[in-house]
Amino acid sequence: MNDSEQGTQTKIGRRDMLKGLAAIMATLSASGCTTTASPDLDAFLQQHFWKLSKADLDAILARLEKQYAEQFGRPVAVKATPPLEGVTFAYALDIARCIGCRRCVYGCVEENNQSRNPQIHWITVLEMEKAKGVDLQHADAYYDRPLVPEPGRFYMPVACQHCSKPPCVKVCPVNATWTDKDGIVVIDYNWCIGCRCCMSACPYGARRFNWAAPRLPADELNTNTEYLGNRPRPRGVVEKCHFCIQRVRHGRYPKCVEVCPVGARKFGNLQDPKSEIRYILENKRVYILKEDLNTQPKFYYYFGI
Amino acid sequence: MVRELYGFVRGSIGIVRRGNRAYYAWVAFLLLLAIQGVAAYYNQARTGLILTNMRDPISWAFYIGNFTFLVGVGAAAVMLVIPAYIYDWKPIKEVVVFGELLAIAAMVMCLLFVLVDMGRPDRFWHLIPFLGSLHLPTSLLSWDAVVLNVYLLLNLVIASYLIFCAYRGRHYNPRIVVPLVIFSIPMAISIHTVTAFLYNGMAARPYWNSAILAPRFLASAFCSGPAVLLILFQIVRRTTRFDIKDEALHKVAELMAYAMGFNLFLTGAEIFKEYYSDTQHLVHIQYLFSGIHGRPSPIAIYGWSALALGVIAFLLFVVPATRKNFITMNLGCLMIYGSVYIEKGIALLIPGYTPDVLGQVYEYVPSVTEVRVSMGIFGIGFLLFTLMVKVALATLSGRLTAGAVRANGIRAV
Repeated sequence: MNDSEQGTQTKIGRRDMLKGLAAIMATLSASGCTTTASPDLDAFLQQHFWKLSKADLDAILARLEKQYAEQFGRPVAVKATPPLEGVTFAYALDIARCIGCRRCVYGCVEENNQSRNPQIHWITVLEMEKAKGVDLQHADAYYDRPLVPEPGRFYMPVACQHCSKPPCVKVCPVNATWTDKDGIVVIDYNWCIGCRCCMSACPYGARRFNWAAPRLPADELNTNTEYLGNRPRPRGVVEKCHFCIQRVRHGRYPKCVEVCPVGARKFGNLQDPKSEIRYILENKRVYILKEDLNTQPKFYYYFGI
Repeated sequence: MVRELYGFVRGSIGIVRRGNRAYYAWVAFLLLLAIQGVAAYYNQARTGLILTNMRDPISWAFYIGNFTFLVGVGAAAVMLVIPAYIYDWKPIKEVVVFGELLAIAAMVMCLLFVLVDMGRPDRFWHLIPFLGSLHLPTSLLSWDAVVLNVYLLLNLVIASYLIFCAYRGRHYNPRIVVPLVIFSIPMAISIHTVTAFLYNGMAARPYWNSAILAPRFLASAFCSGPAVLLILFQIVRRTTRFDIKDEALHKVAELMAYAMGFNLFLTGAEIFKEYYSDTQHLVHIQYLFSGIHGRPSPIAIYGWSALALGVIAFLLFVVPATRKNFITMNLGCLMIYGSVYIEKGIALLIPGYTPDVLGQVYEYVPSVTEVRVSMGIFGIGFLLFTLMVKVALATLSGRLTAGAVRANGIRAV
C-alpha cells in the first residue's frame, strides 16, 4: 500500500477507534452529561437512539436546533415526540379518485424539508393504462401533461408503505431504521452510514439518498421539525416518508392528506374501530401493492367508487 | 524473537526497495494509479456520491460490483488450500501461501470498495461490534462486515506465520497452521456465500432472488481467483529462482475447468428458468441480453461478452491439450477473468436494478470519478500484493533468512 493512501486510510481508522472508545466511555459514564466542548465531536460520538438517556436526547436536540438556526438564520424547533399509546397508523388511498395532479408530491416536499436541488420527492405518482391495470412495467413515473387526468389512464401514488414486515429494516446493518410503536418506519439520520442496503431491499422504491448536500432555501424551511422526521438532513444519508410524524403525533393529518384536492387520501388509527381507515378496510375493495412479497404494508389502495 | 522480527522487517524493506527495471516500472505504475485514485476520492468525499452516476434507481453499481468480484477472488484462496492441506499434495502446498497473500490483498480492496461506497464513511464505527450497533443476526451486510474482517485477519495470520517461519529457517508448526487453514476453508466459502445472500435475500429484486445465486458466486470465484494465480506463478517462475512445477499449474487449471463447467451449467439453469417461465421478471435478464420496451440495452454487449468469454475459456480449459499449452491456458485465464469480472459486476448489479422496483428505467454508466477511484483501489491492492509476494519469494527461496541477515547484515540480503 502506498504511503499517502495508507496515511488517509489508517488515519480514519485510528481516529474512529479512538472516538469510538470515547463513545463507550461517554455511555458508560451514567451521569447523563455526555457533551464535550466541540459540537462536531458531540455529533461524531452520538450513540444509537435507543441507548440515549433523556438528558442525552435533550442535549442532541438543543445542538441540532443551534446548528439549524446558524445554518438557516431562523429559529428551528427540533422535537422527538414519542409514539402515541394505543395507536397504529395506517393510510388508504383511493385509486379511483386520484387524478395524478402531484399536489401531494410538492406538499410533502414543502412540509418535510426535502432538498430542492437536487430535487428529492418522497411520493412517486405512476400513470398507468386502465386497460392494463396495475402493471408496473408499463407505468410512467415521468408523465408530463398540461391537464390531468388523461382519459384512459389512472394514477397510483407510491411512497413508503410502512410495512409491518419492512425489508429495509431487516437489512440495515446498523439499526439506523426501525418501526416505532405506532407503526411508523423511521430513520435516524444521525446514525445512518449511507450504505443504501435499504434502498435495494425496498420493493416500493420509497427510499431516497442524499447524493449531494441537500439544498433548501431558508425561506422555504418548515421550522416545526421532528428528530426522526422532517428535520433538515445531512448529506450521505437515506430519507423517506414518515407519515409526517411532526403532525400525526400531535393529532393532525399528514400534509398529503390535507392537500389532496379530491379526497383520495385517508389516514387514521387502525386500533380505533370507529376510524375512517377501519371503515374503508372493512367496506371497500382493497388492493395491496406487491402483496406476494408479504411485506404487509400499512398503506392500502382501495377503490372508492 | 523480537530481534528476529526487527531483522525481518528491515530485511523486507530492503527487499521491496530493490528490483529490476520492470519491477520499478510496475511499482511506479501502481503508485500512480493509487495516487490519482486518492485524488479522485478526495473530491468525492468533499462533494458527495453525486460525483458517481449512481442514483436512487441504481443505488449500488460499479463500486459494489468490484467489491463482489474481489470477494470471489479472495475466496478462491481456498481452492488451493483444500487439496494442499487435506490431501497433503506437495506441488500445490508450495504455492498456497500466494493464494493467502492474494486473499489479503483482495480483502483490503473489498473493504476499500465498501468504504468508498459509503455515504457516511465517518460513521464507520457504527459497524464495529459492541462500539456501534451491528444488526446481527438479521442484516446480511453486518454479517458480511464480520466475515470479511475475520477472513482478512485469518489469512494475515497464516501467511505471516508461514513466511516468518521460513525466515527463521524453521518448519512451521502444523499444530498451529493446520487448524487455522481448515478454519479458513469454511470462512472462504462463507464470505462469498454471505455476499451472495446479501443480494439473494432481497425479494424486491427478482433478478437476485434466486436460490442458485450463492452456488453461482462460488463456482465463478473458483474460476477467477486461480486465474490470477496461474499468471502470477508463471511470472514468478520466469523472474525468480523460485520453482513452481508444471504439475502444480496443470492441476490448478484442471480444477478450474470443473468449476467453469459448473458455473456455465448454473448460468444456463438460470437462463432457462427465466426464459421458459417467461414471467414479468424476465425483463431483468432481457435487459442484460437484449433490451426492453423495444429499446436495445446498452449493457447487452457485456452480457454477451461475459457469456462468450466464459464458454471459450471453458473449452480451452477442458481440452487437455489446450489446458497444458501455456499460450492457450493464459488466454483462457484472461478470458475467464474478464468473464467473471463482468458477471459479478455490471451483469449482476445493473439488470438487478433495471427496470427498478416501480418499472422505471435509469441508464447507468460509471462516472469518471467511479472509474478513477476504482482504478486507485486496484492500484493499492496490486501494490500491496506485489510487495507481499516479493517478500514471500525472498524468504521462501532462502534469500531473506535470519541466518543470512546474521551472517551478512541486512544490506547484503
